[in-house]
Amino acid sequence: MAALTKDLDIATAPPPPAARSRRRGSGAWRWVVMVIAGVYFLLPLYAALRFAGLSGFGDVFTTPGFGSSLWLSIRLAAVTWVITMVLMIPTTVYVHLRMPRMRRLLEGATILPIVIPPVVLIVGVLQVMPLALRSTVWLLALEYVVLAMPFAYRAIDAGLRAIDVKTLTEAAGSLGSGLFSTIWRVILPNIRTAVLSATILIVALVLGEFTMASLDLQQTFPVWIVLFDQENAQISVAASIFALVVTWIFLMLITVIATRQSRRTGRGQVTLFTVAPRETIGN
Amino acid sequence: MTAKANETETAAAAVNAPLAAGSGPREGTPVSLRNLSRAFGATKALDGMSLDIAPGELVALLGPSGCGKTTALRIVAGFEFADSGEVLVGGRDVSGVPASKRDMGMVFQSYSLFPNMNALDNVAFGLRMRKMGTTQRRGKAGELLEMVGLSPQAAQFPHQLSGGQQQRVALARALAIEPRVLLLDEPLSALDAKVRLQLREQIRTLQQRLGTTTIFVTHDQEEALSMADRVGVMRNGKLEQIAEPAELYTSPATAFVAEFVGTMNRLPGELSGPGTVTVLGVSVAVIEGGPTSGLVDVLLRPEGLTVAPAEGGNGIVTGRTFLGAVTRVAVLLSGDTEVRVDVPSATAAPMTLGTAVQVGLPAAPVLVAPRES
Repeated sequence: MAALTKDLDIATAPPPPAARSRRRGSGAWRWVVMVIAGVYFLLPLYAALRFAGLSGFGDVFTTPGFGSSLWLSIRLAAVTWVITMVLMIPTTVYVHLRMPRMRRLLEGATILPIVIPPVVLIVGVLQVMPLALRSTVWLLALEYVVLAMPFAYRAIDAGLRAIDVKTLTEAAGSLGSGLFSTIWRVILPNIRTAVLSATILIVALVLGEFTMASLDLQQTFPVWIVLFDQENAQISVAASIFALVVTWIFLMLITVIATRQSRRTGRGQVTLFTVAPRETIGN
Repeated sequence: MTAKANETETAAAAVNAPLAAGSGPREGTPVSLRNLSRAFGATKALDGMSLDIAPGELVALLGPSGCGKTTALRIVAGFEFADSGEVLVGGRDVSGVPASKRDMGMVFQSYSLFPNMNALDNVAFGLRMRKMGTTQRRGKAGELLEMVGLSPQAAQFPHQLSGGQQQRVALARALAIEPRVLLLDEPLSALDAKVRLQLREQIRTLQQRLGTTTIFVTHDQEEALSMADRVGVMRNGKLEQIAEPAELYTSPATAFVAEFVGTMNRLPGELSGPGTVTVLGVSVAVIEGGPTSGLVDVLLRPEGLTVAPAEGGNGIVTGRTFLGAVTRVAVLLSGDTEVRVDVPSATAAPMTLGTAVQVGLPAAPVLVAPRES
């Protein structure tokens, strides 16, 4: 995920002109780095493809458990997304408006889920949760909300920093708009890119999370891949590649939509974590 | 940037644009600020400020940064709350009314247009909040854009507009809701000088035509004096003086007002009896309200002094600034005091650097202030 983010960043923000001309001489080195990185990322993929073979792909879709586990993961991603957005957008807006000094603190607090190992989290959660909740799949969604929080907060925070939340909110307020309407009509459309970034991260997170789901005894897509791997490794690997491609297409789609949107309203180009102001991006 | 080049013609055209139908002169609303106080921690932003604004009047609040003028405006708008005191709009206390229900149009210092909406939708936003139908509100928003001379830019997004155009759209947006009070929070200070001048006139013309009671916050004295019916000079959370621009300039109530508005010379004087002061060897009457004992300075406008070449006069010319019709001559007096005197440029011609001159003052009553060390 981190590598992906970095890639996008570099791709959308060309170096300033001075740096560009200086780097022209070292063009060969750039290619060397590119090739090494490319081999590093693509070789395992190629190996997986070879291993799975073409027949593996055909069988993936008819394999028992594939559909149900993928569907479960998609539903979990959707529920996680909804809860995270409903929680994080108003909270982050509120922090920006009323408690700007809390931003640092919140930034630190939202990092905790990354620092604490998922094993610790899930074991703790399973200890204290009532049975009624433990027996449903939705407990997992609630846990994913916690895991997604750092990503969602960072993305939304970056989006809000790119606009003048206070002035826009006050302007909307003086025109008769309540806080909810302001968030819906004024804030959200202007942090659309940030929300899309958060969406990508949440979906990728939920579709790839293994530890918690496995310990919670839920057969999500990644859990199914691992389990099925023992039965038929070829199909399991094919399923992994399929998941990768689907996620990638989804990601590209969102980036394209966001870029088109930002071009219309003159916001900066899209990277995963930031909305760069237009001036800093070369033309 | 083409947007900027267009600024001049469109701004000028806008003033002559026909008055939009349905937004004719309204009955203005009186506004009263009663004894407003507001503290941020240990700092008193407002310290018992009171102000009565007549219907349709434009009052400018002028003062250095931190004097409380913006806080006062934000309390009226409902973005900030007073610790004590009340705001009456049309005779009714609005303290408990949220900003969104106060019916006040506001233009901000920073660009505040909604980036996701084009100019027309920005102007129509307040009408949409008031549940006006799409066709109706688009029509009305169109009229307002015409009023500020930006009809051709209706479909453009804020980032495609120049700073001046953005502020004009913001003005149209604020006026679209037919606000009871128009609040202007340094709307011109982010613009360059030429645009600022045009927009100043445009705001004033529109405001007078619509008859909207307006509070205008600025730190630019020229802006305040040229636009407002009355100017309130603020200091340390209090109104130091509120008066018509001419009165504020010619008879400032306090030394602070005198020095904040326009240019002032300070000349050491000597209190020489009840109500008189001796300055430059002349005894003149003192305007009441100043100190009656101790060391004092006499405050005099550059145009309130006279200067003429004179062998063995009381000063030497040390500088000249050509201002068009007048030239401001800097004269060093004995005792190391420098004064600036405005002289018709023709008269100033012989007073080159180093010329010995005699500085004098007319016999009108003068303002005195405690001497600054």
